[in-house]
Amino acid sequence: MFARLVYESFRRQKRRKLLAGAAITLGVTVATAMIAVATDIGDKINRELRTIGANLIVTPQEDTLDVEIGGVNLKPPSDGAFLNEADLPKIKGTFWHNNITGFAPMLPVTVALDHDGARQGVTLLGTYFAKQLAFGKDEFTTGVRTTDPWWRVSGAWPGDNSRDVLLGERLAARLGKKTGDEVTLAGRSLRVSGILSTGGPEDDEIVAPLALAQEILGKPGAVRRVYVSALTKPEDALARRDPKTLSGPIYDRWYCSPYPQSIAYQLAEAIPHSHAEQIRQVAQNEGAVLTRIEGLIFLITLAALFASALAVSAAMATAIFERRAEVGLMKALGAGKVAIAAIFFAEATLLALLGGVVGFGAGTVLAHQIGHSIFNSQISIPPVLLPVILAIAVVVTFAGSAAAIRRAVELDPVFALRGEL
Amino acid sequence: MTVPRSDSARELAAKRAQRAPTSMFLRMLVRAAILRRGRAASALFAMVVAAAVATAMLNLYVDVQAKLQREFRNYGANIVLVGKDGTSLPAGTLERVDSALAGRGVAAPFGMIVASTGDGQPIVVAGTDFDRVRQLDRWWSVSSWPTEVPSSRAEDAREMGHPVLVGVRALAAVAPRNQTFDLSFHGRPLRVAPAGTVQTGAAEDSRIYISLADFVAWTGVQPSTIEVAASGSPEEVSAVMNRLAQAVPAAEVRPVRQIMEGEARVLGKTRSTLLAAAVLIILTSALCVLSTLMGWVFDRRRDFAIMKALGASGRLLNGFFAAEAAALGAAGALLGFLVGIGLAAWIGRANFHAPVAPRFSVLPVVLAGSIIVTLLAAIVPISLLRRVQPAVILRGE
Repeated sequence: MFARLVYESFRRQKRRKLLAGAAITLGVTVATAMIAVATDIGDKINRELRTIGANLIVTPQEDTLDVEIGGVNLKPPSDGAFLNEADLPKIKGTFWHNNITGFAPMLPVTVALDHDGARQGVTLLGTYFAKQLAFGKDEFTTGVRTTDPWWRVSGAWPGDNSRDVLLGERLAARLGKKTGDEVTLAGRSLRVSGILSTGGPEDDEIVAPLALAQEILGKPGAVRRVYVSALTKPEDALARRDPKTLSGPIYDRWYCSPYPQSIAYQLAEAIPHSHAEQIRQVAQNEGAVLTRIEGLIFLITLAALFASALAVSAAMATAIFERRAEVGLMKALGAGKVAIAAIFFAEATLLALLGGVVGFGAGTVLAHQIGHSIFNSQISIPPVLLPVILAIAVVVTFAGSAAAIRRAVELDPVFALRGEL
Repeated sequence: MTVPRSDSARELAAKRAQRAPTSMFLRMLVRAAILRRGRAASALFAMVVAAAVATAMLNLYVDVQAKLQREFRNYGANIVLVGKDGTSLPAGTLERVDSALAGRGVAAPFGMIVASTGDGQPIVVAGTDFDRVRQLDRWWSVSSWPTEVPSSRAEDAREMGHPVLVGVRALAAVAPRNQTFDLSFHGRPLRVAPAGTVQTGAAEDSRIYISLADFVAWTGVQPSTIEVAASGSPEEVSAVMNRLAQAVPAAEVRPVRQIMEGEARVLGKTRSTLLAAAVLIILTSALCVLSTLMGWVFDRRRDFAIMKALGASGRLLNGFFAAEAAALGAAGALLGFLVGIGLAAWIGRANFHAPVAPRFSVLPVVLAGSIIVTLLAAIVPISLLRRVQPAVILRGE
């Protein structure tokens, strides 16, 4: 009898059930999409923040002081220590290799440039553009095109194994060179494949493949420093502690959190004779920006959950209120309060489950759309969210119906049947 | 005795006839709200919540750009002024930059030379204004900032050493015991005492920073670079750049693209996400209002039927329910606007440590939106009820 009542109620009141179900579906859709966006926004914004440039730098441990003004290196080029290029792929072998979005080695060399019969000293920067590397079976592409996305090239990027160079735009203007011309430096004639614009000191430099810079310097395999771009977690009190003073479990927690400090520590471990640290301008501020944006989206998600909970409750309350006459009839026929409440709650649960499943699907699609149109990447929804969302939907539907059901149950059947209240 | 009574009745009728018909209308509105307190309150509550959420979201959407731009200014300079062809900037440039900025940013001058230490090691020495650098480059991790030596004790400074800020890598090379040391530039010596260390992870770590007054007095070199952190939107920043280029023709004004492009990207994405969230939330709360109000109007079908039975025209009924809905929408929107401003201010304070300023430009939008939603909520049930005979409704079928 109970099952039949519930079944018939769904069969005969299709319009009302559809309305309430639509409200639940929409509420769950919004909740699912917002929860998915909120859980993924940190990662997405973190990746966007990587466009500001590398946040970690690896330098040789025993290096002499840099003597550099406005990007012009005044230190004798062969002075000081170097890192070994062959060690670089090990960066992808660290614990947090999945968080490392890219790295770019740098080797500045001061070269003599012949122009109009005069010689002038220019910095030639050797680096990777988009170099194919492999660590074990793991193949990846890295270079300045990943770490410094604000670099613009008019013309073409040189190949990493080519003998082409990029000319900084101010240097090019000074020399009167354009794409396709040849420059003569250090006794070599090199083709300019493009003009580089960065808004930084590189505008006055020549940027060349790393191998070419090493050849000019006469030090194969030498790298002066490596810029590493890594997805990090905002710094907190634990992050700032010195790993040497930490005890076992706390050290493990420090080591296994993607703080800028712990990734730097692991980089220094991976590359022999190196020193790694965060570039504070980038690393410190991205933590602050990330915390703010995550906090904002979190608060807004709460508002969205609240709004959808309210919408579901309102729809349920209205739906039940409209059925007072039915309640009156049941009571007049001798149904107890518990029996009536049970029918309503059963209906609410069924609606919540149906609406929840449909809403979860729609919310997944919506989250995908948001991720695709705003971040150009997938927003993934963990399937584990489905039971959580369903549980929330049932609870909210229950809570929304409870007050209305109680009032309906306590109604005098005489008034209810006469339609007076 | 019936004459005076009928007189008074006639007077009353006359009075009623003179009285504007709106008073009856108002009475019906008010009585309807009072008699069904619970239902009216729940409808109003839904309206207030929806308007509050909408106001807060719109307010945040408008304000979040300014808030995040302020966060991004902690990245430091977004504009750099350098002397054309590597020359020094003329004296008085900093003042001109300050007046061009008009308080909407921070500027810090830098002069740099290569000096040599006692054992002949080359090292970069930079002269700057410490107070300005402190505001501009907040990420510098400084153990203690040097304090300016008063001119009365200039003689002591020459003996004890001028206070300087030493980069952590430079410190290990030149003053491992934090002792006073000598620098020389083109044969002119200067005794300096490390007052603190600076760590940034970049070129600053290998430099020595000295106050600009000491720097100019020692080297005779004027600053060659001014770093500027201009606040505001991209348009405002480029306007500042134009003003700077006009104010200081001797300098080349360059944007720091690295910072500006990253900032634009992150801000754009955040705003888009916020907009998507705002649309979803406002839609959901509009739906909440719609279902509550439809229930309320539907619930009053007996009132509707009685009015119709007493001879009210369709237009009057429509007008009555529409006015009722609009009044509810307007009241809810006003209350909700106030609550929403509070909500936005609280979110601003909790998340950005600065309240979100109320935007009254949002009010007309919220008001219009609320009234439209309430009218919509009234029209649907009314058009359904109009097709039904009043007798059927009154009999409760």
